[in-house]
Amino acid sequence: MNKTTGSANGVKVVRKKKSRFREIWGRFKKNKSAIVGLVLFSIVLLMVIFADVLAPYSATIEPNIPVRLQGPSAEHIMGTDSFGRDIFARLVHGSRNSLLVGIGAVFIGMVIGGTLGAVSGYYGGKIDNIIVRITDMIMCIPMMLLVLTLVAALGSSLMNVLLAMMISNIPGYTRVVRSAVLTVVDQDYIEAAHSCGTPNRWVIFKHIIPNAIGPIIVQTTMSIGSMILNAAAISFLGMGIQPPTPEWGAMLNEARNFMIQCPYMVFFPGAAIGITALGLNLMGDGLRDALDPKLKD
Amino acid sequence: MNNTGTEQAILEVRGLHTIYQTDDGVVKAVNGVDFSINERETVGLVGETGAGKTTLALSIMRLLPERTGRIPEGEIIYKGENLLKADKEYMRRIRGANISMIFQDPMNALNPIMSVGDQILESLVIHNEEKRSGEELNKRVDELLELVGISAGRKHEYPHQFSGGMKQRIVIAIALACNPKLIIADEPTTALDVTIQAQVLALINDLQQKLGTSMIMITHDLGIVGKTCDKVAIMYAGEIIEFGTAEDVFNGEKHHPYTVGLFGAIPSLTSEAKRLKPIDGLMPDPTALPEGCKFHPRCPHCTEECKTGEPYLYQKGEAYIKCNLFREEK
Amino acid sequence: MDTLVKGDKLRKYFQVGPKSLLHAVDDVDVDIPRGTTLGVVGESGCGKSTLARVVLGLIPKTGGKLYFDGRDLDTLNKKEKAEYRRQMQIIFQDPYSSLDPRMSVYESIAEPLDMNHIFSKKAEKLDYIMELMERVGLAERFVNAYPHEMDGGRRQRVCIARALALNPKFIVCDEPVSALDVSIQAQILNLLMDMQDSMGLTYMFITHDMSVVKHISTEIMVMYLGQCVERAPSKELFENPLHPYTQALLSAVPKPVINRMSNTEILRGEVSNPINPPVGCRFAPRCKHCTAECTQKNFELVDQGSRHSVACRLFDQA
Repeated sequence: MNKTTGSANGVKVVRKKKSRFREIWGRFKKNKSAIVGLVLFSIVLLMVIFADVLAPYSATIEPNIPVRLQGPSAEHIMGTDSFGRDIFARLVHGSRNSLLVGIGAVFIGMVIGGTLGAVSGYYGGKIDNIIVRITDMIMCIPMMLLVLTLVAALGSSLMNVLLAMMISNIPGYTRVVRSAVLTVVDQDYIEAAHSCGTPNRWVIFKHIIPNAIGPIIVQTTMSIGSMILNAAAISFLGMGIQPPTPEWGAMLNEARNFMIQCPYMVFFPGAAIGITALGLNLMGDGLRDALDPKLKD
Repeated sequence: MNNTGTEQAILEVRGLHTIYQTDDGVVKAVNGVDFSINERETVGLVGETGAGKTTLALSIMRLLPERTGRIPEGEIIYKGENLLKADKEYMRRIRGANISMIFQDPMNALNPIMSVGDQILESLVIHNEEKRSGEELNKRVDELLELVGISAGRKHEYPHQFSGGMKQRIVIAIALACNPKLIIADEPTTALDVTIQAQVLALINDLQQKLGTSMIMITHDLGIVGKTCDKVAIMYAGEIIEFGTAEDVFNGEKHHPYTVGLFGAIPSLTSEAKRLKPIDGLMPDPTALPEGCKFHPRCPHCTEECKTGEPYLYQKGEAYIKCNLFREEK
Repeated sequence: MDTLVKGDKLRKYFQVGPKSLLHAVDDVDVDIPRGTTLGVVGESGCGKSTLARVVLGLIPKTGGKLYFDGRDLDTLNKKEKAEYRRQMQIIFQDPYSSLDPRMSVYESIAEPLDMNHIFSKKAEKLDYIMELMERVGLAERFVNAYPHEMDGGRRQRVCIARALALNPKFIVCDEPVSALDVSIQAQILNLLMDMQDSMGLTYMFITHDMSVVKHISTEIMVMYLGQCVERAPSKELFENPLHPYTQALLSAVPKPVINRMSNTEILRGEVSNPINPPVGCRFAPRCKHCTAECTQKNFELVDQGSRHSVACRLFDQA
């Protein structure tokens, strides 16, 4: 896309159009905390991908009573739990379930809720009314109750927990996106887009969503951590992920009784949740700023 | 500048510099402004966006944003006292009672959940130095409303029940409440329609004659200056580059090239020129002002001399022009 | 001269309550000859922006007929309509809000081209965008700039380049210079006039500024509360304003001369409510020539010769 032309005064000027992605990356990488976030999250992701290489799955479920409740050592770098299972192995394999539930519920909720919110704010009128009333109804039901009802009706499994948490995530996104869209939709550039023949769906995806992205990202990064904890609470109630399947929230629950004698049992899964949430938060904030050309690069 | 005759300068600004310290660098908003205003006089401050007009007004009122705004140099002398040295409490009493301000947008200047009568009363109560009774103050509110052409019966109504022109009248009533000696009007009619603007300007002129208040009229519209001002200061990049009586600036022989450009850029209602004569280029960036005369990059008469050092100060009586063009006529 | 845009009794009402209709545009005729500029002046709330949006088809009209290049726009199918829409563009008042803050100059100008699939090769598109930028006087280095990095004048140039991208025949300028400083305003007005000369564009120029409208228009339409009260060629209107409102409007404009409020005629009162307006001349409550007759019947535009027509009792020969 580069082309060299002679300008009026004879000086060669390079005509160049920067690609969108490189521009955003250029701004992102200048933000130190965003890079820290990216590194933290990458570590977690690597753990998810290479779980089987790092520790055998068998070590996470088979009890090994003789070595129960041992502190960190060369053999078990994070120690063992009350059944003598290696905490490191459980942590590594648990990352898959935890992230699936946390990120899955949030992202699917974001896509569905965000789309509903955008449609609702953009078209207004009857559609808006219907969508807002339905989301209001869902918001009235406490999340736990909703999850328990759904899981009771559909059977207890990871997928059903995911589905239930996703549904409870939708209204929040609908609300956030709708109000963000409402602040954008009156702007002249939306009308300008219409006047050059841009179809509605393009207006939504090219003009409205990018300009409303800030609050969406904040909502997303903030809710992933709490979703992981919610999944844990559901496991604790006996729904969803069943023991001995490893999952960070469930691990925290099991460790509860041994908190005083064996603090490491709480520390490692807790730190894993914290680091994931922190990484996503930092990354999300950096991404929000990088997407906004108004901030200086 | 020198005061002429027996008239007493009510406000004198000497060598005023105002800067904003922002993340992007130091914004030099006002760069060495000198002017004075006499009793019963109206001075027009004219300039384009970013010329420093509003900053100058806020500096006089000491209402600059606390975290960023600084006045490193200069004096603002009101009735013999340097306001820049005055303490906060003294300034608070000066504002509203002695110097008051009319803002550009009447929609934002009024509190939407207070009746207009209460808003006028508020200013009276705050500055109630003579300990007047509530009844007296209420009578004053009625008086003020009638003064700006609104029937006193409407004082219990709320701002949204008034139109834009009416709201600006109320803002004027608030500004006048304590009989200030000086009013600073920051683009008081820019947000209004022309016919309403004419009404409000007539009201301001009329009140000024009746009450003998001095006024600083900030505007970008030379037409408004022609209608209301005795003296005119043309501002560019934080400096007054031309100052004089309205007669000097509108009909005088010598002008700063920027003033000439400003007049030339206005489409005329009376003549038949096909093309307008815009001033080339743009306002300079206030964080990196050009050396020498601030106008030189846009000036058609720019010489090497203009690019360095302060431009020549041409003086004739009270009027002055900061431009090297007039150097040889010393 | 042949007519490019013609509107017959254009009408736009907004439903604002169960029984309240806001008469934003009330039976306004528009007639713009090819290559000329129709100036529309009036104060806020007179319906001039609504009229522009009705003419462009951005909002549906309540009544009336609209012809573009001789074709009735209501009879067109969807595809033909899109074709006509390409020939009509709009430039907005506020160059701060009419550009998407997240789009670079390149992306903003490219949008109309992309949406109408004009170029298949990226290099050709880039060349064309560069040519447009040169035509509106924007330096090449701004191609990757974002709106917030430019001043108002440059942003307005981007808006103009964007409007010109599809080679339109007709451009509505909705107060394109009122947010700009006078020296920049003059640059943009000159640019618009140069574009008209070189590309044969037809403009509908909406403004509240009498001196700007005089400068740019061939013909001028004065609007008051949704109605056209006077219409005349530019020079004629300024030399011989007939309607009392036009006269008041002209004398209210502050002129850059010393004039301490001496000979200005000040119009009393304010614009009345456009919701369910009563019969009669809508200017009557503020008019010094108002009689009982003014509030009893409506006045149509009556031709006074030399293409000058006015809707007022004083000139109503019927």
